[in-house]
Amino acid sequence: MFRGSRRVLGNVMVLAQVNAKGVTPASLSAFTAAQQIGGDVTALVSGKAAAETVSKVSGVSKVLYGEGSSVEHDLAENITNMVLGKAEGFTHILAPSSAMGKSVAPRLGALLDAQPLTDVAEIHSEDTFTRGTYAGNVVTKVKSNDKVKIMTVRGASFDKAAAEGGSAAVEEIPSSESGQSAFVSAASASSDKPDLQSADVIVSGGRGMKDPSNWHLIESLAGKMNAAVGATRAVVDAEWVASDLQVGQTGKIVAPQLYVACGISGAIQHVTGMKDSKTIVAINTDEEAPIMALADYGLVADALKAVPEMTEKL
Amino acid sequence: MLRRTLASNMRAVVGVKHTVDYNIKVKVKDGKVAKDVKHSMNPFCEIATEAAMKLKEAGVVTEIVAVTIGNAKAAESLTKAMAMGADRSVHVVGEQAEIDGLETLQVAKVFAKLHEELQGDIYFMGKQAIDDDQCHVPQMVSALLNIPQGTFAAGLKVADDKSSIEVTREVDDGSQTLSMKLPAVVSCDLRLNTPRFATLPNIMKAKKKPIDKKKLSEMGIDLTPRVEVVECAQPVERQGGGKVADVDELINKLKNEAKVL
Repeated sequence: MFRGSRRVLGNVMVLAQVNAKGVTPASLSAFTAAQQIGGDVTALVSGKAAAETVSKVSGVSKVLYGEGSSVEHDLAENITNMVLGKAEGFTHILAPSSAMGKSVAPRLGALLDAQPLTDVAEIHSEDTFTRGTYAGNVVTKVKSNDKVKIMTVRGASFDKAAAEGGSAAVEEIPSSESGQSAFVSAASASSDKPDLQSADVIVSGGRGMKDPSNWHLIESLAGKMNAAVGATRAVVDAEWVASDLQVGQTGKIVAPQLYVACGISGAIQHVTGMKDSKTIVAINTDEEAPIMALADYGLVADALKAVPEMTEKL
Repeated sequence: MLRRTLASNMRAVVGVKHTVDYNIKVKVKDGKVAKDVKHSMNPFCEIATEAAMKLKEAGVVTEIVAVTIGNAKAAESLTKAMAMGADRSVHVVGEQAEIDGLETLQVAKVFAKLHEELQGDIYFMGKQAIDDDQCHVPQMVSALLNIPQGTFAAGLKVADDKSSIEVTREVDDGSQTLSMKLPAVVSCDLRLNTPRFATLPNIMKAKKKPIDKKKLSEMGIDLTPRVEVVECAQPVERQGGGKVADVDELINKLKNEAKVL
């Protein structure tokens, strides 16, 4: 790390994840953030196969991986310990804004005695970052004085690094069972639809869909557009759909090419999760709904009629 | 770390935060967040309180202690927790300036310190505070106390012998169920429960329940900030407001103007 008049560069660790489709979009955004900090970028993953996949990400120098049952289910205590074993010398530890990243980054902060930052949206320098608070209503630029800067990266705010072109060395590192929590079971709620965080198009429904029996209209339109399905907190709360579809402050942050908001009023908490979409369409009976001021194309109509009409005409 | 050996008595500690009300659209004035607006219990902390109450009603938990770290007015959220059924509270009181600058790691250290006295068997907290949106404290408390964490809980089962729990968590593509020994920290997500209303008779009863007040400055926690706020502003509003007359025009514009179809 250079000092004096040279810009301080980092030695950045990125906790990355791989799923059936490859390196996760949230992880690719974290790699971009890492590259913006500057310096060496080392990935840390679970499993050798994941390490081989991540080794191809452009700009990664090295991939560390733990192997074995202790790293199979993203158990936060195990991943934390694996990272701590290698944290010495790293100036920054970045994690994607995923269930794993959010479960692990704060633990690392507590155990390395550093104050982490959640959902960093901009990298200004190696110690200065921007993040949102109050559901994105307040934007703060902050400077961290900690020796190691720990953060989760807001995926929608960073382009995805290229998943090909790199050829990093992979190296196995120690991993072990903390014995604190044990995996019992998992259930994948999603269907054959594209994943919310990587989809180019999202069709999203809110309370304006009136009844869960109407939700199939959202799914049909999404199917026609080869889109992912999203939902507001209200419909998740009402148990119309599983919570992994929730877009918003306490759900997922997305930035597709096209976001179609059907029967969604546009409460701040929802908007903060989709305002970075390239094009926003809103279908709502209320011309004064907050979403209408945000949308590029607002259609004042009943979603229960307009959505199937759109499905039919596309 | 002491653990009380009476397995029949189980104490739930619920961490609650008094935050700007969920419905308020917060404004920035003179480079600071204008906080002289309505406050209430963080919605996820209500879910945490309800989770503890469900266990109390099931006869699993014998005592619920609500804890908050906040200014004097934060006591309102403790009253709310006690109106929902918590037996007593601990209020770690800070001056406004101390509270404004409080960082999540410092909050977690206070909880860790309180564990020495409270000896909670199960800690319930909301998954995220809707003011700072950090989503940190439960994980940090778990790490500091070296006890397991069950984050983003949508389901919870306590073993018959009360020595362990199963937490069903919301994860990116669905749910995951983990088992862990007690004591443990559970952070509560939306679908865990629907919090009960605090009825007026219960609010009146709550005002008689004990609140143990402590001073934040006397907790032995270093309150020196690690993170400085350089700038604080309202975000640039995205310009929208475009209208289309019907579905035909919408499809046309999406194809030919926005070129996203």
